[in-house]
Amino acid sequence: MTIANATPRIRPGWPKISLNWLGIVPFLLFALIFLLLPTMNIVLGAFRTPEGSFTLANVANLLQPRIVTAFRVSIWLSLTSAVLGCLIGFGIAMAITRGGLPVWLRAATMTFSGVASNFAGVPLAFAFIATLGRVGIVTLILRDWFGINLYGLGFNLLSFWGLVLVYLYFQIPLMILIITPALDGLKKEWGEAAQILGASTGQYWRMVALPVLWPSLLGTTALLFANAFGAVATATALTGSQLSIVPIVLFNQIRGDVLQDPQLGYAVAFGMIVVTAVTNLIYIIMRARSERWTK
Amino acid sequence: MTSPRLWSWIGFCVGLAYFFLPLIGMVEFSLRMRRGTYSFDAYASVLGDPQFQQTFTYSVVLSVFTIFIGILLIVPTAALVQLRLPKWRPVVEFITLLPLVIPTIVIAFGYIRMFNTSSVLPLLGSAGSTNVLLTFGYVVLALPYMYRAVDTGLRAIDLHTLTEAAQSLGAGNITILFRVILPNVLVAVLSGAFLTFAIVIGEYVLAALLDRPAFGPFLVWIGSNKAYEPSALAVITFLITWGCMAVIQLASRLSKHGAATR
Repeated sequence: MTIANATPRIRPGWPKISLNWLGIVPFLLFALIFLLLPTMNIVLGAFRTPEGSFTLANVANLLQPRIVTAFRVSIWLSLTSAVLGCLIGFGIAMAITRGGLPVWLRAATMTFSGVASNFAGVPLAFAFIATLGRVGIVTLILRDWFGINLYGLGFNLLSFWGLVLVYLYFQIPLMILIITPALDGLKKEWGEAAQILGASTGQYWRMVALPVLWPSLLGTTALLFANAFGAVATATALTGSQLSIVPIVLFNQIRGDVLQDPQLGYAVAFGMIVVTAVTNLIYIIMRARSERWTK
Repeated sequence: MTSPRLWSWIGFCVGLAYFFLPLIGMVEFSLRMRRGTYSFDAYASVLGDPQFQQTFTYSVVLSVFTIFIGILLIVPTAALVQLRLPKWRPVVEFITLLPLVIPTIVIAFGYIRMFNTSSVLPLLGSAGSTNVLLTFGYVVLALPYMYRAVDTGLRAIDLHTLTEAAQSLGAGNITILFRVILPNVLVAVLSGAFLTFAIVIGEYVLAALLDRPAFGPFLVWIGSNKAYEPSALAVITFLITWGCMAVIQLASRLSKHGAATR
């Protein structure tokens, strides 16, 4: 490898630098036009009046109760499903890596996680309606066989916790997929070394394993948060467009159902970017800290 | 060791119930269309629906274009970054991760504002160019998965030696790219491609906001207008996703096997 780098490649007629640049330009140009500029357009639009001058009014408009509630519900929903998905996914990953379960079960879980983490959106909502909706199979079985009326007990699939339940269906598998390799990365020798030095299992986890896993745990939680925060299809298919979460509010705004304030759409979209950006910033900072710590 | 193993099994069974009940519910519900007996009526109704056929074909065609453009864009970039532009790696990786951070709906909103009929690049002006824009949007959404897959594939082969060998045999850059690098990372590219296919088939937000007749918006429409057909469609979509993942698994297993016997 080093030899290849050290020997200068002389190819007449082809200036090396320009060629390398050429190869990467289409990608950068594509990203600029179809990813960066559209996003910048929204961010700038949030600070612009319809006539084009600078204003903070759009962003200030976010403070109206309807929008604030939507952001609160959305953040809370994403956080709950991300943290629960992270904990449960971690538990399952632990069970299949070091819980003494048979090997085939691990392979089966990983394959299924690959499928389930991609089985999101509209079909997932249908599956849950068919299962826990008012005439879903579980609802009917509980009612007819056990005399338990789920909806009489206050359960509702089209509610906050109903959505959390549905979101977990793709959050948990995603966590399993990402954290299992990290758990495999924990070397047996570390556990043995800790044991020889007299550490208890709890001490081993607290002082050795968790600090090592911390970056991946945090990173995955941030990813799961963004995953849930931007999810429109699942919520739309479940609740129509009644539930007031940010993506649905923005969706209706763009579709033109709510036309009192066209500039508000920019501000809501800007708010969404800020939330996911802050999440990732927290992750990056925490990760940098934990990496310094594990060195 | 009995206690952790017991807990593992209990936890596993709870997980099993949570993950399989919705699948069972979905299948059972899709068979309930004819009163009093199980039948495939809902499937017949869905598959015979011309709107299903049109939207599904539309999404399949779009996903093929998405995969094609994605490969053309990502394989050369990832190879160049690995070979000659290592300094650009953080930049390129950052860009490929952005679609996971920026919500799809924001990207869709940006498209509507940036490519409308009064803009410099009025891609939303006609149905044809909107299809192009939608395809590019899907390439953006697939970027994180595609790039990761290709990058992993490139790391697994000795890119430097391969390139040097091809160069000393007189191959040009295009030849190296398509006849040396691409065949060697084909398995990785394919797994990225099938993941992309699974994503594009079910995508809703971008297609709905750009107002194109894709499969995702059709799913939402049928969900609010029919009773049993949605479940049948969900079963079909699940099988497609499963099929894609099975192909990926198979491909990676085959490639591991190939590498071992080499």
